Amino acid sequence: MTQTVSPEHVLLSQVPMINRLFRFQWEPASECHVLLYPEGMVRLNESAGAILTHVDGQSSVNAIISKLQQEFPEGGEDLIQDVIDFFTEAHNELHWIEFT
Amino acid sequence: MNCTGSSLPETPETGQPLWLLAELTYRCPLQCPYCSNPLNYDQQKQELSTEQWIEVFRQARALGAAQLGFSGGEPLLRDDLEELIRAARELGYYTNLITSGMGLTFERMQAFKDAGLDHIQVSFQASDAELNDYLSGNKRSFREKLEVARTVKALGYPMVFNCVIHRQNIEQIDKIIELSIELESDYVELATSQYYGWALKNRDHLLPSEAQLKTAEATTNRYREQIKGKKRTQLIFVVPDYYEERPKGCMNGWGNLFLTITPDGTALPCHSARELPIEFPNVLNDSIESIWYRSTGFNLFRGYEWMKEPCRSCDEKEKDFGGCRCQAFLLTGDANNADPVCAKSPNHHLITDARNNAEQNNPANSEMIYRNRKNSQRLIATG
Ligand code: SF4
Ligand code: SF4
Repeated sequence: MTQTVSPEHVLLSQVPMINRLFRFQWEPASECHVLLYPEGMVRLNESAGAILTHVDGQSSVNAIISKLQQEFPEGGEDLIQDVIDFFTEAHNELHWIEFT
Repeated sequence: MNCTGSSLPETPETGQPLWLLAELTYRCPLQCPYCSNPLNYDQQKQELSTEQWIEVFRQARALGAAQLGFSGGEPLLRDDLEELIRAARELGYYTNLITSGMGLTFERMQAFKDAGLDHIQVSFQASDAELNDYLSGNKRSFREKLEVARTVKALGYPMVFNCVIHRQNIEQIDKIIELSIELESDYVELATSQYYGWALKNRDHLLPSEAQLKTAEATTNRYREQIKGKKRTQLIFVVPDYYEERPKGCMNGWGNLFLTITPDGTALPCHSARELPIEFPNVLNDSIESIWYRSTGFNLFRGYEWMKEPCRSCDEKEKDFGGCRCQAFLLTGDANNADPVCAKSPNHHLITDARNNAEQNNPANSEMIYRNRKNSQRLIATG
């Protein structure tokens, strides 16, 4: 099967927010961030957790990238692409994210 | 299962009780013939107090529980539900109300919202008043449910539309799906009934034929295609294990993820485990930590040591853990046996016989037994 619709591109100026079906929080007993939704839970890896921590419905993707660069100066050039890829997948496939 | 190492070194192989199901009460205005409450529920009228429930929530949360389901019976019959929701939410739970919707007013739903309730699952029995009310044994139920479902959405809750699918309603699955879409449900669970407790008593009335099942699956797939990209509604169809050749990996393994607390405080590894001939611990006597990690009941079927053949030497045991212990016990009389759903089980004919029986036009030769006090007392009396 060929993909007929090309995935939507995430723009740096867009402002992400967490889909109302999900709640993002830190789980002390598991020591990781999670997304909770009706009768289910996704455990997030460290980078997904770090990115979503900055999703507040106010900050643009660009602003989130700057904050992460300050937090993880060792992230280098890859960081920008990683964040964009994450938002693309989180929006288009996983529906964790909506854009305001 | 932990992201970064385990904080409980003494039992590193056991998962955390991430899912807590609080069966607040066995009282219920409906009489569903597939109810998962024990047949003798009428013998068990004790209910934990508000403080006792909150203590259960606190202890389970400390062990890692993140999802909390308020269930029953009908949880709305607890006057302290608002208070329980508030306490659970403050502890950090994602709170799910699993309700028939009977008697749920707008004011109360608003109060739940203020208390922090995250999600409401409304169960339907069918897509029209006549069959719905017949199946639930209550004449007003359908109208009330519709009203509740609309209010759930109006208040901005995510809504799970749940309908147990069986022989009596499977042929209207298209109507059921249409109703769920019209109500703008976020998730639609079309789960075929599982044959424990009341449902096992009524199995001949409930088990669909293979042809009915195939048609229902095809219909569900057709609607999935139809709404793809247009609606957010997710349709989930759960096939009955009776039509499989391997059992389900029940509850993700015994005592591994799910913790059920019954109205009187008995702790169970799954909500039908009360049917097993096992003494389960009670939260009034032991801490949840000791119940989960150290009680006999919760350790009985952990690992693979307890298994008999053909499971013991089977290379699929890590996938399905030998299937459901309750089903093994209820059908074969021995909870250590392989779940007879498995084609490798010497008792598999118990399942194929039931399937064959379901091919008849009128497979049941007795009346359907509704879940109500009279029937519960009668079943207690006859053992
Ligand atoms: S299955 Fe039906 S009768 Fe049983 S608790 Fe739920 S609503 Fe009540
Ligand atoms: S024999 Fe037992 S372990 Fe193997 S597939 Fe069947 S139920 Fe699972």
